[in-house]
Amino acid sequence: MKTLRVLLTTVAATAALAACSGKKAVKPPPPPVDNGAVTTAPAQSGPYSGPEALDKDSCLRQRVIYFDLDKTEIHSEFQAQIACHAAYLRQFPGAKVTLEGNADERGTRDYNQGLGERRGNAVSSAIAAAGASTSQLNVVSYGEEKPVCREHNEACWQKNRRVEIVYTSKQ
Amino acid sequence: MHQRLLTWLTAVALAICAAPLFAQGLTLEIANGNASALPIAVIPFQWQGGGAPPDTNVSDVVTNDLNRCGQFRALPKTDIVESPARGSEIKFPTWRLLKQDYILVGRVIDAGAGEVKVEFELYTVGDQKNLLSSVIAGQRSDMRGIAHRVADAVYEKITGVRGAFDTRIAYVTAKGIGNNATYALMVADSDGYGPQQVVTSRQPLLSPAWSPDGRKLAYESFERGASAIYIQDIGTGAREVVSARKGINGAPAFSPDGRKLALSLSNGVNPDIYVMDLASHALTQITRNYAIDTEPVWSPDGSTIYFTSDRGGKPQIYQVAAGGGGESRVTFVGDQNAKATVSWDGKKIAMSQGNKNMYHIAVLDRATGSNTPISTGNFDESPSFAPNASMLMYAATEGSRDVLYAVSADGRVRQRLVLADGDVRTPAWGPYRQRGQ
Repeated sequence: MKTLRVLLTTVAATAALAACSGKKAVKPPPPPVDNGAVTTAPAQSGPYSGPEALDKDSCLRQRVIYFDLDKTEIHSEFQAQIACHAAYLRQFPGAKVTLEGNADERGTRDYNQGLGERRGNAVSSAIAAAGASTSQLNVVSYGEEKPVCREHNEACWQKNRRVEIVYTSKQ
Repeated sequence: MHQRLLTWLTAVALAICAAPLFAQGLTLEIANGNASALPIAVIPFQWQGGGAPPDTNVSDVVTNDLNRCGQFRALPKTDIVESPARGSEIKFPTWRLLKQDYILVGRVIDAGAGEVKVEFELYTVGDQKNLLSSVIAGQRSDMRGIAHRVADAVYEKITGVRGAFDTRIAYVTAKGIGNNATYALMVADSDGYGPQQVVTSRQPLLSPAWSPDGRKLAYESFERGASAIYIQDIGTGAREVVSARKGINGAPAFSPDGRKLALSLSNGVNPDIYVMDLASHALTQITRNYAIDTEPVWSPDGSTIYFTSDRGGKPQIYQVAAGGGGESRVTFVGDQNAKATVSWDGKKIAMSQGNKNMYHIAVLDRATGSNTPISTGNFDESPSFAPNASMLMYAATEGSRDVLYAVSADGRVRQRLVLADGDVRTPAWGPYRQRGQ
């Protein structure tokens, strides 16, 4: 039993690290320009001590993934976040998350629900690919119905184009 | 099969909250006028009864109705120099001098036991011809409804088209943000008066759609934590979940015969158009596409479904046979088009048109192909035709709030409906009213 868990967490950690570094491996070396946005350090992806890690671990505490306009691609800066949540879900098979997809206010409400679901599904697939079970992942799209910001400018819209990772069961 | 999954819930738990009826009332402002409209003098109706007259002034309601549809220009009250109460008392030269085409006079008669009778007469000023002499009786408590029916009779007599003032609208109100948000599905008269709560929720409500008999609303609610479509009886409050599948259960639209519901279901993958038989709840998949297919609406004859799809890269309006097949693109003007509404004769389609940063309501004439913008905002969406297509209602965003506009079909007269506190959105114009509702 113990060996199994160790094995599982090792696999999870490896999968997570692979997910973190996978893209970087094929990328050409970055130009010598300081770009804070893309030089996110890979996070330590478990093993975690328990559900309290969700509140304490700096990577697991990040639960929002932002998107470009009309896009569902996940930026590389969010890969670490995807990986650590996948590792956590791997380690605690009873844990479950709902991925809440959201869109900005532009466009019609029903269409934006479709867009929010595409984003939720993109995050769900990424977390599953990084090792979580699909039975632990649920997607709900709120479209433009749950904005965090109500101004009509890009700074605000950016905050609303998001998927929130919500734990409905922690272990 | 699915019927087992359905739940009927009663009025007691959920429905019409009679409490502060005007707490969520809409305020109404006329934004502009139409100089080329038909001039009509609506003379204040005379009260004939023992006690105090009803609070509602019939001629004020009629005046407002005729003005807001864009086809009439009622003489301002301050210019009404004489007050005839019946045809025989009209001095036509006075109204000829005031350049009026029509004159409406009438009386409100106390019929006892809470009832009133409104007698009215419509004349042409030019040849002094009596166009209409009629009586509408009803409850004193429904004076606004009676007044709207007077306006409908005048409208129909002069234009030849059935009036649609005595109709209702459904819309969603929202207050607060995040965990403090509250939502309500509301029904009000088409001029915003008499708002009634149909249902309230801490989670989003959207996309109300009327049944063709005006008795029920279908809508999407997240109150169970995920998207589901409900059908609710407005009178009794009884409601039923008709679709709560994985993913999106959205954009319901009753067929013209009321037997079917078009809807958008994603099954957790991507939204396609389906049609549900409301008796059996059996589903037929109408579109099958990797794009987002949503916002279905029926042609008036029930043969065609119009919907929004981004299969070409950006949202555009498409059409499909109501039983499936024969899909084709409908809109070609504008970078994006979404959320269609169809006029009663099927000749006009209105939708939200523009690009991602700015969009307005445009009307497409299917016969000529002409495309006419009829709104002026930057974020105008959710158009809904009145049952006679003389006006449309749509949602707009102004500053940090969502408001509704009623606009004449030619875009010339606009009227704003604002909620005192909070947002108002997704208007749906109800069908002609079957009296007794």
